[in-house]
Amino acid sequence: MIRRRAIKDPRGESDLFRRRAITGFLLILLGLMALVGRYVYLQVLRHDEFVTRADANRVKPRAIAPARGLIYDRNGVLLADNVPAFRLEVVPEQVPDMPAMLERIRAVVPLDQDDLDAFRKQLKQNRSFESVPLKLHLSEDDIARFELNRWRFPGVDVVPYLTRRYPYGELLAHVIGYVGRIDADDLARLDPARYKGTSHVGRVGIERSYEDTLHGTPGYELVEVNADGRIQRVLQTEPPVPGKNLYLSIDIRLQKAAEAAFAGRPGAAVAIDPRNGQVLAMVSVPSFDPNLFVNGIGHADYTALNTNPDTPLNNRALRGAYPPGSTVKPFLALGGLEYGVRRPQDTVLSTGEFCLPNQSRCYRDDVRGGNGTVNMVRAIQLSTNTYFYKLALDLGIDRLSEWMARFSFGGKTGVDLPGELTGTLPSRAWKAAHFKQPWFPGETVLSGIGQAYWQVTPLQLAHATAALAGHGVPYAPRVVMATQASVSAPREPLANPPGQSLIKKPGAWDVVNQGMEAVITGGTGRGLNDGFPYVIAGKSGTAERFSRRTDAYDTNKNSAYLAARHRAWFIAYTPADDPQIAVAVVLEAGAWGGKDAGPIARKILDAWLLARGEHLLPTRPAAPASAAPASSAPPPEAPPEDEDLPAEATSSGGATP
Amino acid sequence: MIDTLQTRLQRLLRRIVTRPRLDLPLLGGLFLLGLAGLVTLYSAGGGNFSLVGNQAARFVMGTVLMLLLSRIPPSVLRGWTPWLYAASVALLLALTVMGEVRSGARRWLDLGVMSFQPSELLKLTMPMMVAWYLHPRQLPPSWKDIVAVGALIAVPAGLIARQPDLGTAVLVIAAGAFALFLSGMRWWKIGALLGAVAALVPVGWHFLHQYQRDRVMTLLDPESDPLGNGWHIIQSQIAVGSGGVFGKGWQHGTQSRLDFLPEHTTDFIFAVFSEEFGLVGVIAIVALYAFIIGRSLWIAMEARDTYSRLLAGAIAMSFFVYVFVNGGMVAGMLPVVGVPMPLVSYGGTSAVSLLTGFGVLMSIHANRKVHD
Repeated sequence: MIRRRAIKDPRGESDLFRRRAITGFLLILLGLMALVGRYVYLQVLRHDEFVTRADANRVKPRAIAPARGLIYDRNGVLLADNVPAFRLEVVPEQVPDMPAMLERIRAVVPLDQDDLDAFRKQLKQNRSFESVPLKLHLSEDDIARFELNRWRFPGVDVVPYLTRRYPYGELLAHVIGYVGRIDADDLARLDPARYKGTSHVGRVGIERSYEDTLHGTPGYELVEVNADGRIQRVLQTEPPVPGKNLYLSIDIRLQKAAEAAFAGRPGAAVAIDPRNGQVLAMVSVPSFDPNLFVNGIGHADYTALNTNPDTPLNNRALRGAYPPGSTVKPFLALGGLEYGVRRPQDTVLSTGEFCLPNQSRCYRDDVRGGNGTVNMVRAIQLSTNTYFYKLALDLGIDRLSEWMARFSFGGKTGVDLPGELTGTLPSRAWKAAHFKQPWFPGETVLSGIGQAYWQVTPLQLAHATAALAGHGVPYAPRVVMATQASVSAPREPLANPPGQSLIKKPGAWDVVNQGMEAVITGGTGRGLNDGFPYVIAGKSGTAERFSRRTDAYDTNKNSAYLAARHRAWFIAYTPADDPQIAVAVVLEAGAWGGKDAGPIARKILDAWLLARGEHLLPTRPAAPASAAPASSAPPPEAPPEDEDLPAEATSSGGATP
Repeated sequence: MIDTLQTRLQRLLRRIVTRPRLDLPLLGGLFLLGLAGLVTLYSAGGGNFSLVGNQAARFVMGTVLMLLLSRIPPSVLRGWTPWLYAASVALLLALTVMGEVRSGARRWLDLGVMSFQPSELLKLTMPMMVAWYLHPRQLPPSWKDIVAVGALIAVPAGLIARQPDLGTAVLVIAAGAFALFLSGMRWWKIGALLGAVAALVPVGWHFLHQYQRDRVMTLLDPESDPLGNGWHIIQSQIAVGSGGVFGKGWQHGTQSRLDFLPEHTTDFIFAVFSEEFGLVGVIAIVALYAFIIGRSLWIAMEARDTYSRLLAGAIAMSFFVYVFVNGGMVAGMLPVVGVPMPLVSYGGTSAVSLLTGFGVLMSIHANRKVHD
């Protein structure tokens, strides 16, 4: 140590240190200046770029879905409502590992395959910072469990939304339809700008056909989000414009009465105001609960509905096509008058059988032996087949189908509901197109009684009945009568201009009307006006589902047996002197039109009467004065079982594609 | 000597006033820095007073330690040095056996009451040990001494790097190396040594953990992994850059307040500062650091003996390493390593060990050369 100390030079070391310290400090200053230089580069030279990126970080536009318009009946009864609910939403860009997250979250919130499929579909369509609904309509338990585990799921959040609710459920499912969750197909179809933030779209019924009106315009807000995408505050808001409310022309009381009248038996009924085409009631039995579909129907529920032999999902009013049977007779009679083929007083002898020349097979009347000599009014009243066989032949198939097409048979009525079928109006062109065969005269004969290839929907028949009741002035059927911008705004009626009148000869209508009144007072609809203060005009129809296989008369009068073979129709309108409601009813498994479908029509008319604030007459009145001047002869004692059953040739009947 | 507590306190106070052991400019600089740190912390923590309170408590604890150390003459410290060094290396070794693993690294030693990082001790005992070794030797150091000092540095630095804690290892190596530099090591030797280190870099790369390599690679191209390793760098640069010249204002930094900036109270607090106070604030705080370093180096130059000089100089210069590494990391200039911004970042051990270091400086100042 002593030796070393001797060598040490304290003063020199001190100077050396001083030099080194100063050098070191200068180097440090250089380093600090380099550091500041870097900050100058970031904060001055690239300042604008980073400001933009900071804003892009924190400010996100977020669409605000508009509230869907509400739906009311004509008297303001709420039929489709928006109720608050919660759903689970995912912002994809904030989820580090999507499959793992989905796997983990299933333990917290149960997800079924439908949820996952819909989610994955929409995931592909959305931009990564836009949230995608994962599960709709969370239960309170789901929400509670998720909130506890929320920290485990960045980018996933419970979001309130409005969900659709249909308080009347099954009763209006076929009219209003339902909204459903937007899926990949919808995304391709819908305007993405208008549907930003919207989870549901109208699928069926009014919800679909008035989607544009009901939807509204989305608003947006600029929100400040943190790194997890959680919203910190709203910077700017552009409120959405809610969709317009709709007022249906449906009267919920008529609707209820019509549905109740079916008592669960499959069939359909449509009631239309002939003065403006407004649909007052439209039922299709059986129905389904539209609320099931709103947030995604479960597989089991859907299978049950889909495999039900009574096809509750099928809207029979629009999409049920049945042979109209004798209900076409008043229209045909009117055609005969209009084309000048018949005068009201022209008579036909009904012997029970009508044969074409050179044909061995003949066409029957309902009653063995026939109705005797009948004029037009009486032929309608008794539904005399022979009269209409001859009328059809005299008109010819071309004039027949041209005339019937004016009532929208074989075409669309133009109702404001999606999916109506056109049915089939027999014509040469139609047959050539479908069978590549010429038209046979026998088919004209059967066309005269609503058989052969005839297929009509209840809506078509109701529309035709309304056009007839309105003295030939057709209106396109309308379910929605007015819109409303908001609850406090006035209703804005939707225009529905009438078509050109179908009737050129003023007297013609009175004749047909007389015949139809007589149907109720003394024909196949006997008794249907009991206690009713207004004159009802109507016509029954009983169409065969199957072709007859033999020439033998079917003597089985068992109702159940017949119901399995027949479709029962009834059309009616009232008051006959100023028609305000026209109805068409089909009972899929009805033995007889008058006996089985008639009372359903009457119950709808009763509800209409009550809705007007009027009441049924306490006792059975005498036949109204205006009724059936042509039926001075006492009505024949035809048993109701023998009403208007067509008799068709084996070769030509029932060929329904 | 049966003084009452009161008379002893009175004597102490009188001595502090009549013969100040504390360097007031340095103390003032540290005070301003701590204040800036607390103000930034309040904002970075989202207006959380408990965070600020904790940090202030640590400042108080660090200041008490600083005052205590300032009363210990450097000659006494020098006597303790080998033992302190041996003890801290022993603790590092103990850590490899019984250390507590936190977020993948074995850095913490649980002492029951509190846990601390033994590597923090080395930040002080390392320059002490190098100064102690060089103190009696002829300077500039010979190759033999350089190799010996290199070994003294390498053993603990290696242990720390293996924890793994690259940031602290860098600081510990820097502290030792600065003592060697200040001892007057010949420039050509420094050049040769740096050349050798540069040649060894590819070998060292081999020993880095994958995450450490990733950090370096990410630095070169942060956009390659914007949501992973690049996230820190990108978000931090956005914070700094969007601050501009005058900043967004206190408590108005969106990047930190909306949680885009990770670690915004600890390692990345300087990004918050830069965002809210802008380039003006950055220049002011860098100037403050420069002042503290310069003042500390001045104290070192005024020191009485070699040990004190080297120790004080090394402490001063390693302070710069903190600032440079952290500031460079926040600005995306250096890889992300766990080096805090001294006295600004939230974190107890670092604040306490830094202030303890300044206590040693104060003691050296108190025992400075007497000018004739």
